[in-house]
Amino acid sequence: MSLWKLLYWTFCAAILVYLIAPILVVIPLSFSSGNLVSYPLPGFSLQWYEEVLFGDKWIKAIANSLFVGVLATVLSVALGTLSALGLARSQSGWAGAIKMLFIAPMIVPVILIAVSSYFFMAPLGLTNSYLGLVLGHTIIAVPFVVLPVLTALELLDPNLSRAAAACGATPRFAFLSVTLPIIMPAMASGALFAFATSFDDVVVALFLAGPDQRTLPKELFTAMRSPMTPAYTAVATLMILFSTSLFILMQRLQRRARAQQK
Amino acid sequence: MQKVRHRLLLLAPLAAFLLVFFAGPMAGLLSKSVREVEVPRALPRTIEALEGWHYGAPLPPAVFTEFASDLVIARENGTLAHAARRLNYEIPGLRTTIMRASKKVGAAPEGTRFDSAFFAELDPNLASPEFFAVVQRARGPVSGFYLLSALDLQRGFNGDIGWAPEEYRIYIDVLFRTLLISGSVTLGCILLGFPLAHLLTSVSEKTADWLIVLVLLPFWTSLLVRTAGWVVLLQREGLINKTLIDLGFLAEPLDLIYNRTGVLISMTHVLLPFMILPLYGVLKGIPPLYMKAAASLGAGPITRFFWVYLPLAAPGLVAGGLMVFIQALGYYITPALVGGASDQMLSFFVANYTTDTGNWGMAATLGLIMLILTLVLYAIAQRLSGGRTQLAG
Repeated sequence: MSLWKLLYWTFCAAILVYLIAPILVVIPLSFSSGNLVSYPLPGFSLQWYEEVLFGDKWIKAIANSLFVGVLATVLSVALGTLSALGLARSQSGWAGAIKMLFIAPMIVPVILIAVSSYFFMAPLGLTNSYLGLVLGHTIIAVPFVVLPVLTALELLDPNLSRAAAACGATPRFAFLSVTLPIIMPAMASGALFAFATSFDDVVVALFLAGPDQRTLPKELFTAMRSPMTPAYTAVATLMILFSTSLFILMQRLQRRARAQQK
Repeated sequence: MQKVRHRLLLLAPLAAFLLVFFAGPMAGLLSKSVREVEVPRALPRTIEALEGWHYGAPLPPAVFTEFASDLVIARENGTLAHAARRLNYEIPGLRTTIMRASKKVGAAPEGTRFDSAFFAELDPNLASPEFFAVVQRARGPVSGFYLLSALDLQRGFNGDIGWAPEEYRIYIDVLFRTLLISGSVTLGCILLGFPLAHLLTSVSEKTADWLIVLVLLPFWTSLLVRTAGWVVLLQREGLINKTLIDLGFLAEPLDLIYNRTGVLISMTHVLLPFMILPLYGVLKGIPPLYMKAAASLGAGPITRFFWVYLPLAAPGLVAGGLMVFIQALGYYITPALVGGASDQMLSFFVANYTTDTGNWGMAATLGLIMLILTLVLYAIAQRLSGGRTQLAG
């Protein structure tokens, strides 16, 4: 019995190593003084960070990613929150169909969204433009806003707005002072998910972004098709730092949302 | 009434946005799988002259003069190359022949008779009834050509459906390969995800929270960062090969990447969190009392596992498994970066036909197959889980 337990624990530990190892192995390589992406490291150096942070290529890509990500997030949060407000507590059949439309971009393979947007946008001159890329990212990001906000609204006690009305609040005031603060954490976590979706996207960017809109993942994708240099691992390390901070932020938000529900 | 109007106003912006930029383009893409536009655009007079003709009957002589004028006009307005490419799918080699014929016709001296003999001299194909049967079939507005091709079938000149020539029969292989890789990845996720999800339920809540962070961290890390990590680990001079050689287990490095092995290892890694999280939710809901009850009735650990625990865990396994499978079906980035060149999945062909070879009809058809598979499996997952399944964590 205890032998089985030992085996079981070892197996689980191995799975955890499998999950984390590929993320951890790239970090030390970014401090390599050599040109190869392999161990053992010949020595310590910050040259690759210098190349990434003081060269044009990566900084431009980072700026593009942030710019497109923020715009797509703003658009997703605005459109997604409005539509969640429209959908919440609706029983009719058409609401189900509309909800299907709203979450469909999450189910349909991204490659198909990218290819169809490419065919649609190319004749309109929207490929190779920031606008096209922002719209493309909004398509794939918006379900991540609709779903959490809709959940928050459905959990909301309908008596709250009635109480506000009974106290003499106008619908507008009641919305701003009662509903909005309650759905805020859901909107924030939706926004984070939307941003992460845009920030992590390669497929849509491959089809819609031109040379001027190269995002960080697109640049990384191109770089990976040729032999890697430690510059790549330096960018990867920065991205790990960034996504870990997003992740911690997300955990905080969710904890707060859970506390509120209790 | 007022309320409905309010609701519609709130829904309208996103609904309009998604209809215009998502649903419309998607329908447009899928329609390319049956639409025939290249040939009718380039050869309208030829098609008109073929009206009423059928394969086996003698060709109307007017066809050749009309074909000659189409060739010249289509080359001028830039539609000929597309039509030539489309016809080339059915009769290999036609593309260059047509482009050459167009030049020859354009350069022919005034008064040349464009008849069967003229084209037969250029290339016997161009004067053959087979060629015109193909033109006639591609006259549009729709045809089943791409749909048949995706099943490795083609229509013979007399209209019968049969196997495509050997060298064109690749799509059933691609489809099976895609299903096989997705299935293997799903199996891998179940084999790795089940023990780990079970571990999460058997430790204290605090430890479980920490372990979940280890599961979620890769989930949040960029796909490309993780793929780079796998390259570092799996390449020939990578960490795994080096360690195994240093320890004396291997003499020669193994090929672990840029082939099926690399795809399976890294895709399982990417999709594992999608298995663990829903499964953990289900396993957490199984009262430990049930296992104790089974034990007190004399069931051994193996009986308990297979007759009590596994049936109760099944909804989570099925829901998680379907979600992993669906996502694996449409995966593009990971196989493109760590897969073998001759071992690509459906998504690769959709992308490649769109940007590189310009075979849009085939890209759309393979996309249609992928979409149908995805939607059917998603509907099953929804039904089985009572509508709770989601792709996001």
